[in-house]
Amino acid sequence: MHLLEPRARPSKLMRWTAPLIAIAATLLAGSFLFWSLGKPVLASFQVFFIQPMSSSYGWSELLIKACPLILIAQGLAIGFKARIYNIGAEGQLIMGALAAGGVAIAMEGSDSQWVIPAMVIAGALGGALWGALPALLRTRFNAQETLTTLMLSYIASFILSYMVHGPWRDPEGMNFPQSIMFSDNALFSILLEGSRVNTSIFITGFAVLAFWLFNAHSFMHFQIEVGGHAPAASRYAGFSSRQTVWFSLVISGMTAGLAGVGEIAGPVGQLNLNISPGYGFAAIIVAYLGRLHALGIVLAGFLMALIYLGGEAAQVSLQMPFAITGIFQGMLLFFLLGSDAFIDNRLRRFA
Amino acid sequence: MHPPVPRLELLDITKRYPGIVACSEVSLSVMPGEIHAVLGENGAGKSTLMKIIYGAVRADSGSILLNGHEVNVANPAQARRLGIGMVFQHFSLFETLTVAENISLVLDEPFNLPALAVRVKAVSERYGLPLDPSRMVHSLSVGERQRVEIVRCLLQDPKLLILDEPTSVLTPQAVQKLFETLRQLASEGVSILYISHKLHEIQSLCDGATILRHGKVTGNANPRQETPASLARMMIGRELPVCQAPVYEGDQHTVLTVESLNLVSDDPFGTDLKNISLTVNAGEILGIAGISGNGQAELMAALSGETTVEKHAIHFEGKPVGHLNAGQRRHKGLVFVPEERLGRGAVPPFSLSHNALLTAHRKGMKYWGLVRYSKAREFADKCVARFDVRCGGSGDDARSLSGGNLQKFIVGREIMLKPKAMIVAQPTWGVDVGASAVLRQALLDLSRNGVAIVLISEELEELFEISDRIAVLAQGRLSTAQPRSAISAESVGMKMSGLFDESDASNSAEVSHASA
Repeated sequence: MHLLEPRARPSKLMRWTAPLIAIAATLLAGSFLFWSLGKPVLASFQVFFIQPMSSSYGWSELLIKACPLILIAQGLAIGFKARIYNIGAEGQLIMGALAAGGVAIAMEGSDSQWVIPAMVIAGALGGALWGALPALLRTRFNAQETLTTLMLSYIASFILSYMVHGPWRDPEGMNFPQSIMFSDNALFSILLEGSRVNTSIFITGFAVLAFWLFNAHSFMHFQIEVGGHAPAASRYAGFSSRQTVWFSLVISGMTAGLAGVGEIAGPVGQLNLNISPGYGFAAIIVAYLGRLHALGIVLAGFLMALIYLGGEAAQVSLQMPFAITGIFQGMLLFFLLGSDAFIDNRLRRFA
Repeated sequence: MHPPVPRLELLDITKRYPGIVACSEVSLSVMPGEIHAVLGENGAGKSTLMKIIYGAVRADSGSILLNGHEVNVANPAQARRLGIGMVFQHFSLFETLTVAENISLVLDEPFNLPALAVRVKAVSERYGLPLDPSRMVHSLSVGERQRVEIVRCLLQDPKLLILDEPTSVLTPQAVQKLFETLRQLASEGVSILYISHKLHEIQSLCDGATILRHGKVTGNANPRQETPASLARMMIGRELPVCQAPVYEGDQHTVLTVESLNLVSDDPFGTDLKNISLTVNAGEILGIAGISGNGQAELMAALSGETTVEKHAIHFEGKPVGHLNAGQRRHKGLVFVPEERLGRGAVPPFSLSHNALLTAHRKGMKYWGLVRYSKAREFADKCVARFDVRCGGSGDDARSLSGGNLQKFIVGREIMLKPKAMIVAQPTWGVDVGASAVLRQALLDLSRNGVAIVLISEELEELFEISDRIAVLAQGRLSTAQPRSAISAESVGMKMSGLFDESDASNSAEVSHASA
């Protein structure tokens, strides 16, 4: 017996309340988790969700973590609308960071003002290249991008590992797998004294605006949506599916690459093995939680950033394991997919 | 003497779906040995009603009486045990299995295949439905597949046989064969429920008829004592509309030429196009008859550019266009109306104005890569008004429109592109009678304004109503087009099967039988 039956048409209301339901369910399941671990539930929530936002420093950290998530998710959302599933943004982030880091290392010692712009361009190109590879594989050999993007992200992390263990290892770094610390002109300037917030947030800010306008007004975006909703209609209209594949993978690679630059020329300040705590994967959840909408993604990005911060706080104050962040991310995605089922379906009414 | 007990009686059957009442207090009764028509337009609730009898759908209220006893049909397997058989409009056969294997799948009792094959052969010969039990289903024509479905039902010795629009896939000759089989079954006492919207078929075959409109019974009649006009009134609430076809007096020239087009289908069960040639002139409608699955989908895709072909295989206005995609061809003035409206001709969750953008974006709706939504809305509003699309407005989603209204919108949209040629596939498939007439008239008017039209259709009446010349597509080959006045429905029907390989014995038998 099926519990669900299809709605006459998808519910617009449900489309936007589903994320709220998912958040509520995550909190509920989270409190059960805290309780079963023997932690005081209310105090745990206080540590996890309130404490990070109770100081201006907390807010600045929230912004730092939200920016890369939002930036990557904007690019991913374009592809997701066309049903082109780039799940390897993590690898594109790493390749962007590598390209930008290469520029920083090569230009070490120069006092040029152009180091940061050159790093931004290199990072965008590095990410775009790592997105272009699956596009080539898809259009040339019909290899599913879902697999190739994921596999390429493992390759990217091994390349990173090779570079920081080998050619780009800091000679004075006590043999740690890391590059030199970048000099000031290879870092984004700090915007707020006493915080780590830097000028890279303007890249994210600009991207949000640009994607918002692109989504609302461009013909290309219309073509992408047609391709996602009705591939046969896209062919019938004469839209090029190859163009959509290339565009969405390159764009999402580029935003991920830019996020990588923001990390290494921002809070991290060098190339090492921890330049991203899984932003590329978390951004997939952010994109869907934000309903693939440019502004929705901003809100979702902050929520995801809060989970990152809360996870760190829970490790410190509650002696919870590192996995707590991943568990909350996973629960959020799980409940989101569950509540999304109610967009097209409703509970069957038993007579 | 007791009055005879009806084989099947339905009392006040009601079935609601979200947003629609499919059947509302429908009652009907069928006597043993009666061929009873259920007549109604698409969407009148005929199919839902039959699925309720067959146990595939449960009614919300009402009762079903079989031989005077109330029954509760929980599922199709139980329906079969009760002696109810059904031949669906869309066949449920496995292409990669043989005829006998397909039939074995629905039998409840244990069986062995060789013995079953003998039974299949016996039943099929007894009822004039020649079938080779060892053939694979994918190698069968549509008519033969239908025989498999019918024989499958007959093996279970049904007392009531339901046929859902069985003739929509048959040639006129095959229809006559089917009717003979059905009459033979009826004479042996089998009751038949015959669903159709074709008035002349019902008049020649059925003893009684129940007419449905919008899920309600609007009449019970003996179709032989009615006129097509009186049946139409019960079915659609008014007279059958007639199209006006004036003589074309404009400029004569060839617009579209296809020369020796060969195309291997992408679909493993598709039909390859073999050496197709045709020409269409300004101001005429070229009808392409034939049953779907004989290369219709492939020809449509090749003409539209959804599948690109060899550059010189297709010429438009004297220039080769075979290598161009659908957008590029549309840009030159070659427009298309596909068979599937939702998902191909229109994007289901998009508003009508966004769907206008789909093909009409070249009409000033784009500006530096940005969309001018106000222009798209204007275009859609105009289309809605000019082609009488019944909807709330151009902001309505495409999927919320009825088939006929969406088709009016799509045809209207393509007409408003001011084309030089239009390719249309099954324009009135699933469309109610009123909207069909509007659509046919729109195509006629368009052609008389000097546009060349290719009409690919399964409906012979439609082709004869509005085409100037008619060709037949069968087994991937196209016959030479002949003027409508020089060709009869029978000869078109012959070509539908006559173009098959001579080695195909059952088909040539069918033809010789019909011509005898």
